[in-house]
Amino acid sequence: MIPLSHYLILAAILFAISIVGIFLNRKNLIVLLMAIELMLLAVNLNFVAFSHYLNDLSGQIFVFFILVVAAAESGIGLAILVVLFRNLSSIDVEDLDTLKG
Amino acid sequence: MEFKTILFYIFAAVTVLAALRVITARNPVHAALFLVLAFFNVAGLWMLLQAEFLALVLIMVYVGAVMVLFLFVVMMLDINIEEVRQGFWKNLPLGALVGGLMVAEMAAVLSGRYFSLANLPPQTLPANYSNTKDLARVLYTDYAYPFEIASVILLVGIIAAVMLTLRRRKDNKAMHSSDQIAVKSKDRMRLVKMAPEVELPAPENKGEQA
Repeated sequence: MIPLSHYLILAAILFAISIVGIFLNRKNLIVLLMAIELMLLAVNLNFVAFSHYLNDLSGQIFVFFILVVAAAESGIGLAILVVLFRNLSSIDVEDLDTLKG
Repeated sequence: MEFKTILFYIFAAVTVLAALRVITARNPVHAALFLVLAFFNVAGLWMLLQAEFLALVLIMVYVGAVMVLFLFVVMMLDINIEEVRQGFWKNLPLGALVGGLMVAEMAAVLSGRYFSLANLPPQTLPANYSNTKDLARVLYTDYAYPFEIASVILLVGIIAAVMLTLRRRKDNKAMHSSDQIAVKSKDRMRLVKMAPEVELPAPENKGEQA
């Protein structure tokens, strides 16, 4: 029998890897979006594991909604990325300083 | 060791390795393909957790739609890989520190020595149990309104993506039928008031020139 903590630690490792990915790929917006997808995947893994071990289906419903939101988010994010590349010819986060923030 | 435990460790190891390759891959196309591998293995883990519907949805929606979209965009953009890789390892110490701290804290909390997480027994389901049926029963009763809101979110996502990338061409020769229907006769023909033209008598020396 696999204990629940194994799943949770695996999800924590995945989440940490994607955080490190966001630190590393500061110049590449595409890999940044992929790291966000990986983060959502880690969270979903937590939800499914808890749903299984607590015998409650609400966790899987939440995963369903997270998948919906993640799909919409990546679609809009990639559209913004395409428009950005069309205007700036770059996908570097550092170049997004038009607002002088 | 039980077969399911071996499967868990295989899936977990491949997932972690694929995730590491996603964030360190030199080529974004390779990163996207390794992300597909990670999704497949997590779908396998969800199968182990008896969430069959979500595992299949993950493969179909993520691998089939979202990752293909990623690959489209990666291949459409002309990215200079060398330029993108500049300063890649500069941020590694800070990132590794934050990541390692997070994993250490989570492992300390979750390893079950101080909490009773390890004692939580996994549920045992009968062989003819249908995860999809149960999920649908909850989704269409308790979560009916969130379900409809989710569909609206997807619709907004479609419209936003189309409107963001839509380019109106200046030299487009398409006709606007609404403008054509709304046109009035005044827009097409202009009546100009002017003095009447009087026809002059023909000059007398016409025949000589010919």
